[in-house]
Amino acid sequence: MSMMNQGRPTQPETSGSTGNPTFTGNRALMLEEPLIFEVGAPDVTGVDLEAVPPHASRLGALARTAPIGLPGLAEGEAVRHFTRLSRQNYGIDMGFFPLGSCTMKHNPRLNEKMARLPGFADIHPLAPQNTVQGALELIHRLAEWLKALTNMPSVAMTPKAGAHGELCGMLAIRAAHEARGDARKVVLVPESAHGTNPASAAFCGYAVENIPADVRGRVDFEALVARLGPDVAAVMITNPNTCGLFEPDLKRISDAVHAAGGYVYCDGANFNAIVGRVRPGDLGVDAMHINLHKTFSTPHGGGGPGSGPVVFSEALAPFAPLPFVVEADGRFHLVEEETAKAEQHDLSFGRMAAFHGQMGMFVRALAYIMSHGADGLRQVAEDAVLNANYILRGLEDVMSAPFAHTGPCMHEALFDDSFLKGTGLSTLDIAKAMIDEGYHPMTMYFPLVVHGAMLVEPTETEGRQRLDQFIGTMRHLAEAARSGPAEQFTTAPHFAPRSRLDETRAARQPVLTWQPPVEGRLAAE
Amino acid sequence: MRYLPLTPDDRSAMLATIGAASIDDLFVDVPADARLPGPIPGLPDHQPEMLVERELVRLAKKNMAAGEHPFFLGCGAYRHHVPASVDHLIQRGEFLTSYTPYQPEIAQGTLQYLFEFQTQVARLTGMDIANASMYDGSTAMTEAIFMARRITRRAKTILSCGVHRHYVQVAQTLCKFTGDELLTGVPTICCSPPTDDLADIIAQIDSDTSAVVVQNPDVFGHVADLSDLAAACHAKGALLIVVVTEVVSLGLVKSPGEMGADIVVGEGQSLGVGLQFGGPHLGLFACNHKHVRQMPGRLCGETVDADGRRGFVLTLSTREQHIRREKATSNICTNSGLMSLAFTIHMTLLGEKGLRHLAELNHARACEVAGRLVAIPGVKLLTERFFNEFAVELPVPARQAVRDMAEMGVLGGVSAARLFPGLADMERVLLIAVTETVSRADIDALVRALTEILGSEYSGA
Repeated sequence: MSMMNQGRPTQPETSGSTGNPTFTGNRALMLEEPLIFEVGAPDVTGVDLEAVPPHASRLGALARTAPIGLPGLAEGEAVRHFTRLSRQNYGIDMGFFPLGSCTMKHNPRLNEKMARLPGFADIHPLAPQNTVQGALELIHRLAEWLKALTNMPSVAMTPKAGAHGELCGMLAIRAAHEARGDARKVVLVPESAHGTNPASAAFCGYAVENIPADVRGRVDFEALVARLGPDVAAVMITNPNTCGLFEPDLKRISDAVHAAGGYVYCDGANFNAIVGRVRPGDLGVDAMHINLHKTFSTPHGGGGPGSGPVVFSEALAPFAPLPFVVEADGRFHLVEEETAKAEQHDLSFGRMAAFHGQMGMFVRALAYIMSHGADGLRQVAEDAVLNANYILRGLEDVMSAPFAHTGPCMHEALFDDSFLKGTGLSTLDIAKAMIDEGYHPMTMYFPLVVHGAMLVEPTETEGRQRLDQFIGTMRHLAEAARSGPAEQFTTAPHFAPRSRLDETRAARQPVLTWQPPVEGRLAAE
Repeated sequence: MRYLPLTPDDRSAMLATIGAASIDDLFVDVPADARLPGPIPGLPDHQPEMLVERELVRLAKKNMAAGEHPFFLGCGAYRHHVPASVDHLIQRGEFLTSYTPYQPEIAQGTLQYLFEFQTQVARLTGMDIANASMYDGSTAMTEAIFMARRITRRAKTILSCGVHRHYVQVAQTLCKFTGDELLTGVPTICCSPPTDDLADIIAQIDSDTSAVVVQNPDVFGHVADLSDLAAACHAKGALLIVVVTEVVSLGLVKSPGEMGADIVVGEGQSLGVGLQFGGPHLGLFACNHKHVRQMPGRLCGETVDADGRRGFVLTLSTREQHIRREKATSNICTNSGLMSLAFTIHMTLLGEKGLRHLAELNHARACEVAGRLVAIPGVKLLTERFFNEFAVELPVPARQAVRDMAEMGVLGGVSAARLFPGLADMERVLLIAVTETVSRADIDALVRALTEILGSEYSGA
């Protein structure tokens, strides 16, 4: 998922107060931690290695002699350094993390354990295929699940993340058009789409045109159909969309796009809302990526790794990327460039990454899927949608929910900033106040189609008590925003490891690596 | 179901609060004919943790784990010992279950390690700056080619035939659609090593050339001095992109920055990440200050908070898709966050002293293995100047030799023909990587296996 931050302040206005400063800067369990470059030293190490046997170097003048500048720490200090850093982070393990469009659900630890089995974690991508039959079988089995859950005949497992999956889908579309000598140049993208959608289309050479949303927060069907024509290669639609709403016209849109000779790409970031209840293949979709780190709970890890397999329709399947796993007589093998032609896959558009995809994520996702089963996955979607509607109805009278009048939402509840009118406060201020209350804020300023958006996605792994606490907190904040004083919001957060950070300064004078302090540097600034 | 906290009573009460008669009322926007009446038929139902574990362990056991066999594979993925504390630390929930640091006040842990990571990568590669990581080395290389095009406004790139074949294929796949022109040759073994002659590449550089891409050490393990190539690029206004797939080599080999590289990309899985059957891995991306605004991917920068304390934020995001949409420098959204953390922890445990020691140990072991192998009749060393990986020519097809060795319990390298199918010169070439994890007994097993294979199939020669 991506977040828009244009139009919001990026420089803190006023100084907060740290109160009762201590000598060390620490505050009990909140511990300051310098950079490794300030505490480590190049001659300190936290590993013991075998002695280097005598040998004649083969590198000659290419040996690296100048200092590199890499400090080390003894193991205990290294553990402490990173443990201290970790405590300055908010994670799902700590509390409610309703970051809309990101599906921050519980990450089961069984999945971590399984991904670390030597038979999965300690095998080489180019090992002889006879020696990795279990790994290939696992990929194949996950692929079968993804096809069944989407009712699509083919899946590419190699894309490394959601945006990489989008690129994969758009490349297949481009290859399919080119295979029939059709040089279409335009891709239509609704204005509510993730920023990755237009970026992915542009990355493979398409011109991007925006399609407006209607007053109900859905794609404007008439506007879209009016724009279709012989130059339109594809339409990229997110369903459920980034307003947290199901696109009721998707099947009609698909039919119209197909009639005009185009393909339908579906951004599957929000698949969690419909898994087990609706299959995108039944809605005429030609390609859709599935974020395993969203719907199938592989950990987000501070911003990656992701994993974005792409399911394909019959029309696009022949163009899917290499390599992929096929089963024959109980054996599994990889179709690679060498054998693609012999195995009737010579229309493939090529290769997306060096090896076979995010194996570590495949293991976790399959463990999650097997744990839930077909019945449990359906319950996932139902509970995710139920929780979001519970929040929507619990807050719509004190906050402003622009599309609440159109009916139920799917897995996320969208609010805008109109309830803050006259308070002098912004969406950002509400988010920072939530931090003080112990929550990770919802997604801010995205989607772009509503002003000051607040997108709340609870996911199915939150219980009713947590939701009630959250609704109570947000009701309190909404009322406090109206009653004032505004300062408690505009100077928030007060209790986080840092108060508001100056993003303008960071961008104006980028400091991207640590530099040793130089005398006179401060004077020069 | 163990991950779902709502009880049937909760669900009923919540539906009543919402004013819905049943859960189906919340799915009214779904067209009637697309609504599934129940769980998808033919798929199994939920299972207890113990049974899921039992089944996955069964699948895992079908694979030959590298740590349980003499193991000599490299070619873009290297097996190194990862200290136990690395995996412990990356599993702390505050790291593992956090998200992209969009709220920097409660993500300083992630942001600070990214800043440390960027600094470590910049210093290792000998460049000014590095980003917060890419998917893997192959996608990082393709992004570097596009970045060079944006900087030079030229569309022709020359790729060394010593670049990992899969990396080249990734670039070719995208360039088919972007209009970028890629020139690449095929390796031969008429000269040793089987890589390109840098003088040939230099001769190809002209005023239309955007960039030259070379891998160092290259896919055959050969380590080259790139200084003249860098100078030749710069003389024609082209950029030098250097690919490093074995990052441990940078502890012992002169950095690309010292040789004049403009962009350095690499695969960082050697430190902290492990083999993982190819993913998740860790793409590295470094360049010099003047090109920062054309860089793809996330960047973390230093700033201060409202109280004047040092802190870190994601910065220069006006390059990125969430702001620039179709005009962004890349469509990339995620980085390889947790993998960059593993890298940084491992690098911090090593320190410069440990990294140099580790690199030397790799080099010494590789020299020993090369010496042992060339003593086998019929085996010829093709790479003279290498770090921890080299190519040998066998008197028999290398693919079959690799399969035969696996039957004997030895994972004895990668056949070059797997990367260069159909290229006659590569059929008998075996690529062998040797890291600190290789023991004396492993070396004996490799020599024994290869001797036996060649003895039976090569006895007539």
